[in-house]
Amino acid sequence: MIARLHFNKHLLETPFYPRTAPLNKHSEWGAWSGHLSATGFGDTEMEYTAIRNGASVYDLCPMVKYRITGPDAVAYLDRLTVRNVAKLTPGGVHYTVWCDDAGKVLDDGTLFRHGPQDFLLCCQERHLPWLTDATLGFEVAVEEITETIAALSLQGPCTASVLSAAGWDVSSLRPFRMTKVPFDGTTLTISRTGFTGDLGYELWIGPAHALALWDHLFTAGAPWGIRPIGSDALNMARIEAGFLIAGMDFIPAEQALREDRVRSPFELGLDWLIDWNKDHFNGRRALIRERESRASQWSLVGLDIAGNVSAEGSLIYHAKQKEVGYITAALWSPTTKRNLAIAHLKRPYAAAKSDNLWVEIYALRELQYVKLMVPARITPRPFFTPARRRATPPGRF
Amino acid sequence: MTCDALIIGAGHNGLVTACYLARAGMKVTVAEKNDWIGGAAVSRELYPGFTYSNCSYVCSLFRPEIMRDLELPRYGLQILPYEGGVVFMENGDYLGMFRDHDANRREFARHSPRDAEAYDRYSRDIMRHCRFIRPLLMRTPPDPSSFKPRDLSELAYLGRKAMELSEVQISDMIRFWTMSISDFLDGYFESPVIKAYLAVSAIIGTALGPMSPGSAYVLLHHYMGDVDGNVGAWGFARGGMGAITQALKASLEASGGTIKAGHGVEKVLVRNGRAVGVELDNGETLHATRVISNMDVRRTFLKHVAADELPSDFVRQVKRFKTRGSSGKLNIALDAAPKFTALPEGAPNLRGDLHFTDTVERMERAYDDWKSGHFTRDPFQDVMIPTMIDPTMTPPGKHFMSCFVQYAPPRIEGRDWTDADRDAFGQACVNQINRFAPGFKDLILHMEVRTPRELEAEVGLTEGNIFQGELTFDQLLFNRPVPGYAQYRSPIKALWMCGSSTHPGGGVMGAPGRNAAAEILRDARMGIDMSDAYAVL
Ligand SMILES: Cc1cc2nc3c(=O)[nH]c(=O)nc-3n(C[C@H](O)[C@H](O)[C@H](O)COP(=O)(O)OP(=O)(O)OC[C@H]3O[C@@H](n4cnc5c(N)ncnc54)[C@H](O)[C@@H]3O)c2cc1C
Repeated sequence: MIARLHFNKHLLETPFYPRTAPLNKHSEWGAWSGHLSATGFGDTEMEYTAIRNGASVYDLCPMVKYRITGPDAVAYLDRLTVRNVAKLTPGGVHYTVWCDDAGKVLDDGTLFRHGPQDFLLCCQERHLPWLTDATLGFEVAVEEITETIAALSLQGPCTASVLSAAGWDVSSLRPFRMTKVPFDGTTLTISRTGFTGDLGYELWIGPAHALALWDHLFTAGAPWGIRPIGSDALNMARIEAGFLIAGMDFIPAEQALREDRVRSPFELGLDWLIDWNKDHFNGRRALIRERESRASQWSLVGLDIAGNVSAEGSLIYHAKQKEVGYITAALWSPTTKRNLAIAHLKRPYAAAKSDNLWVEIYALRELQYVKLMVPARITPRPFFTPARRRATPPGRF
Repeated sequence: MTCDALIIGAGHNGLVTACYLARAGMKVTVAEKNDWIGGAAVSRELYPGFTYSNCSYVCSLFRPEIMRDLELPRYGLQILPYEGGVVFMENGDYLGMFRDHDANRREFARHSPRDAEAYDRYSRDIMRHCRFIRPLLMRTPPDPSSFKPRDLSELAYLGRKAMELSEVQISDMIRFWTMSISDFLDGYFESPVIKAYLAVSAIIGTALGPMSPGSAYVLLHHYMGDVDGNVGAWGFARGGMGAITQALKASLEASGGTIKAGHGVEKVLVRNGRAVGVELDNGETLHATRVISNMDVRRTFLKHVAADELPSDFVRQVKRFKTRGSSGKLNIALDAAPKFTALPEGAPNLRGDLHFTDTVERMERAYDDWKSGHFTRDPFQDVMIPTMIDPTMTPPGKHFMSCFVQYAPPRIEGRDWTDADRDAFGQACVNQINRFAPGFKDLILHMEVRTPRELEAEVGLTEGNIFQGELTFDQLLFNRPVPGYAQYRSPIKALWMCGSSTHPGGGVMGAPGRNAAAEILRDARMGIDMSDAYAVL
């Protein structure tokens, strides 16, 4: 039940707030799905370094979560999403997208299979009408349970060591698998997942046990310099990992005002997720048509841009003349020492005509913008894939 | 003495036209029948110390392009956004509206978790329709039966705009323009009270019920305005809606125009098929090179132009132009803020619109009463207390309350309204409020009750229709007011129309007045800088 006085607080504190608030040295908070979410704790560079060097902790609670249960859960999710859900065994996790009838992407997210008939779908946007309408003909229940689960993302090369020091042996846990351990009189779920492209885990627990989990983790992690991070540092890591964010790297189809803003999985470079051999799924006919008639208009690519000035929001030109695309995320990558970007390019400029691409950058130099036109070339994503990400058992650091 | 332009009526549209013409260098006179100006955008002090918004009460449609062109901020115009809104429910609960996206989502979720997550897509879809319609507001509609290059290119413009849409969007659009708001909302929401709140904009000022086909478009008409780019948002004119027409008056006078208030135009003088001036009700004659009527199209041509000057086909169509009134208005001076028992202390919702009708069905029943020629005993009210935000309208601690009421028919069972009818109508409204705010009645210092009878007698709105003609699809675009005369011209040379009877219609929008001025200046081969329509997002 939502209290009538909810309006006195627009952004809710997450269950970890009593711990994160005192640590947030600059009180840097943003809004994420109706919650206070730290954008930083006072030093983004050090927070980023914790992701790539030791162990970092990010408060995931505001992520939108739907629980899907029932005898037809697999069939329903197979119909809803493009990937093959039957192949996802209990205890497994996969990244997926789902489309509208026209084959345009509504959102992306991670699907956790907790049991034969029990799934958790985590995503950025809210979809209850779409998800419930899609239950038609399936014996399945969909429930929005965002606030009933507290979650932390523990990321960094030393995170397996941290968990081991905490008393949880995850050495045999492979990427995209989960395990359940007893903790604080309840069950803690640990999944080997994350949004940084590094070794990392996500921890899921009832909100009442959130602070106990936090304290236990920070005690255990102290030798590895465990520290909380905000979304600014996380964003750096996720760009290096080449991950997309709905609403930032693409407009979810139900939100697009302009019809030309929507994108198909082909146009987001996510067609590899599609299982063409499974039964009908939403958007399938349109996607087959798009594939066969080569109707895709856009490509989503990684760019390596000359120089070291980050190119957020820049336009991309062919031969410095013709506007052929735009950048949705960019950074000077501390780990790869490259100037990276995620970009939408009109076809064929992502393939046949991909030479001679230029990026227009406005560089701020002491209060004054200077316009630069610098060359860029397409480069594979993820930009950063260390072996430690997949190594099982994971290394000590 | 002959002026270049004589405008009949100092409603906001007449004043907008007057301002543009004066700025272009014309000698302009505005003749207004009342002792005051403003038409339905008027603020009067009927009780000492209290300024009312006697007719219109909230502002969103008034085009910022016009405010800027005519320098209205410099002449005192200030628009204040407001927050909140609430529907009081029969079961003692309420539905509140919040400007904050998350607070609003949680409030919706109190009534339906599903609807809470449906609202964004609903807003997106409405916004898509706005994006199509908005650019048309500040353009003269094409005449589809004409082969003039201008009409052809304007038709082509419409065609191109439609071609930019996918088949899906075109069918959505056609459905939206023709369907009922009730059916439209059923496509998104399940909660009766959420639907009741959202249906309001579709019946304001309209002789349609929420279940009547065509009501969905009326919602769009109320959604396509903005407050400083915040599309769909509404605000107050600081000092009451009369502040808009007062700013227009000051702007007009600064460019040399004059307003003559206190005597109505009796007839438009026509010589050799050409308007040459007007005769006032005191016998005075004013000569003019052109006459522009801000009155509604029926009043203009059926009451003030000799019938033998007009083509009979035109007259027939003007007679058929629908101006059925459906609304009444209460303006109340309050000794203190009313206390609504359902609302928790500190809730911001009283700073927005207050409703007492919690289902679409109840609205439709109220419309049934209208159809059978009665005002309804269970009225639908859109109540605002502007003084929750605007400190200028009353002494501190006191309040002005505006109650817009549906439905009130133009006539009671075919006969005229009596004073007793009017008072009973007012009581039904006050009783409804008092049910949710006990003691409300005792706070009333003064009350003005207006039925379609009063609106017609004072503002000159035929049958009391607040938009100078209904906003149904058959009376929009190139069919407004009547086919063949949508370009602000009339069958009589040099007699023009600039009121809400013309495209794009009613509301305090100023677009009809601005478009009329553009046509008049084009015709006179006089140029003036006019801002083009600003983009939506
Ligand atoms: C009760 C009510 C509430 C409303 N609420 C809102 C609202 O909240 N927001 C909104 O945007 N819109 C609202 N509207 C609609 C809006 O106010 C009108 O559509 C708009 O003001 C009409 O402006 P106009 O200039 O076209 O014509 P009018 O305002 O009708 O002006 C016509 C003028 O002509 C004058 N006149 C008439 N006959 C003669 C004559 N013979 N000689 C000389 N002068 C004459 C009249 O006195 C009047 O001044 C409301 C209307 C009413 C009636």
